[in-house]
Amino acid sequence: MNLPDDLLYTKDHEWVRVEGDIAFIGITDFAQGELGDIVYVEVETVGDTLDAEEVFGSVEAVKTVSDLFMPVGGEVLEVNEGIESAPESVNSDPYGDGWIVKIRITDVSELDGLLPAEAYKAEIGG
Amino acid sequence: MKSTALTHVHEALGAKMVPFAGYNMPVSYAGIKEEHQAVRNSVGVFDVSHMGEFILKGERALELVQKITSNDASRLTEWKVQYSYFPNETGGIIDDLLVYKLDGDAYMLVVNASNIEKDWEWLVVNNTMGVELHNISDKTTLLAVQGPKAAEVLQGLTAIDLAEMKYYTSEKGVFAGAENVLISATGYTGAGGFELYFENEHAELIWNSIFEAGKARDIQPAGLGARDTLRLEMGFCLYGNDIDDSTSPLAAGLGWITKFSKEFINSANLLKEKENGTQRKLVGFELIERGIPRQDYMIVDGNGKEIGTVTSGTMSPSLNKAIGMGYIDVSSAVVDSEIFIVIRDKKVLSKVVKLPFYKSN
Repeated sequence: MNLPDDLLYTKDHEWVRVEGDIAFIGITDFAQGELGDIVYVEVETVGDTLDAEEVFGSVEAVKTVSDLFMPVGGEVLEVNEGIESAPESVNSDPYGDGWIVKIRITDVSELDGLLPAEAYKAEIGG
Repeated sequence: MKSTALTHVHEALGAKMVPFAGYNMPVSYAGIKEEHQAVRNSVGVFDVSHMGEFILKGERALELVQKITSNDASRLTEWKVQYSYFPNETGGIIDDLLVYKLDGDAYMLVVNASNIEKDWEWLVVNNTMGVELHNISDKTTLLAVQGPKAAEVLQGLTAIDLAEMKYYTSEKGVFAGAENVLISATGYTGAGGFELYFENEHAELIWNSIFEAGKARDIQPAGLGARDTLRLEMGFCLYGNDIDDSTSPLAAGLGWITKFSKEFINSANLLKEKENGTQRKLVGFELIERGIPRQDYMIVDGNGKEIGTVTSGTMSPSLNKAIGMGYIDVSSAVVDSEIFIVIRDKKVLSKVVKLPFYKSN
C-alpha cells in the first residue's frame, strides 16, 4: 500500500499535502483501489468556503459514487483540470496527477486533527 | 456465506470479493473497464455458479412450466432454450429465467441467485401435477465464457461443433475430458459466447483448461461488475434493479416473452393490462450533460415535475457515455424526448434513446 510519509490523511480516505496555508487534496491509494475504475470527478464548489467535513464534491466509479469531504475548513481555490479529461489518473497516480482540489486553509490548527501515514495505515488495517 | 466451487481460485487471482445474494463472489479482477473490453473484443470468463438450476421431470413437466412461466415452452424442441419470467398473481415478476428443454420430458429452469429460495417454493406450491423436482443449484457450476473469440477458444476442448450452434440452443457432451457438460449458446452480455453447466467436481479442471486454451487470445476472468456494465449496454433487465415483484412485465418491455396463446398465472390480468396500456414504461436514456445516473435517482421533466425513477445506470465502458434505464410516464417515453435526471439536487439534461445502447458490428 502506497502511503507517502509527507502527507496527512483522513478517516474518509483522503490525503492532504500542505504548503503553508494552501493544501492539495486527493483520495488515497487504498480508496481508489476500493472504488475501482473512476470515471468522473465532480467538484462544483470552486470559490466556496466550506467547513471541515462538508461535502466538496464526489467521485464516481463504474459501480459506486462516493462523496468527497473537506479534511479541514477552507476556500476551494481550484479543481484539477487534468482529471476532467482523464479521471483514470485518480486510479493510476492518486498522489500525483490524480490530485482533486487545491484549497486555502481557514485555520491551520485544524490540521492537528488529521492522521500521519502510520496512523492511517493502522486505520485501514495495514 | 456460501462459496462457489471456484471461490478459492478467484481469491488466489486477487479478485475483489463481495457478498452477493448470500455468496462470496468476485466483483472484479483487473478492473471493470478492462474486463468489459476483454469480453467485447476477445473473451472473458464469469463464474456465475451462484445462479440456481432446477430440473423438472415427468409427463406433466411441460404443463407445470406452461402454468408458471410467461413464454410458450411448448414451442421448445430438445436442447432449445427460451428467455421467460415467472409472473406473480399481483401483476409483478417473481423472477426472470431461462427455460431449457432437455432430453425426453425434462426441463431445466435457470434462475437468479437472489431468488432461488423464493422460486423453489413457488415451483413446489404450484406443482399440483406431481412433477418430479430437483434443485441442483448447490452442486452445479456455471461458467459464462463470453466474447467474439469464445468459440475458437473453447473448440479445442470439445468435439461439439461450437461455431455451428445457434443462439439459444444447447448440447450435452464431453468438455475438457469431463462428461455431461451442458454447453449452451447463451449469455447476458450481448458479446456472444457460451455458458457451461457441469458438476462442481469438474470446476477447477474446466476453469484451468479454458484459461490454458485462451492464453493466446488474451482471455480474462471477469466479475460481476463487468457483467453489469455489459448487460446494461444491451438494455437487458437485471432483477432487483429494473424488474421485481412490483414491476409490470409489460411496462418492463417483456411483452415479447408474454404469450397469450396459452394460459398461465395472472395471464388474464396481464392481457387486460396489455389492452389498457401501462402508465409508465422502461426506457433507456443517455446523459447529455455530465454526471452518472444511479438506481433510485428521480427523473423529472423540464418543469421539474417528477415523471419517473432510474433503475440502472453507469458509465458505459464501450461508448464512454453515461447511460441508464428507468421507468417514465409513457407520454415522455419516446426516443429523443428530453428528460432530466436529478443528481445531487441538480437537474442533468438527458434524452431517451433506443435500446440497445451498444450495437455490435
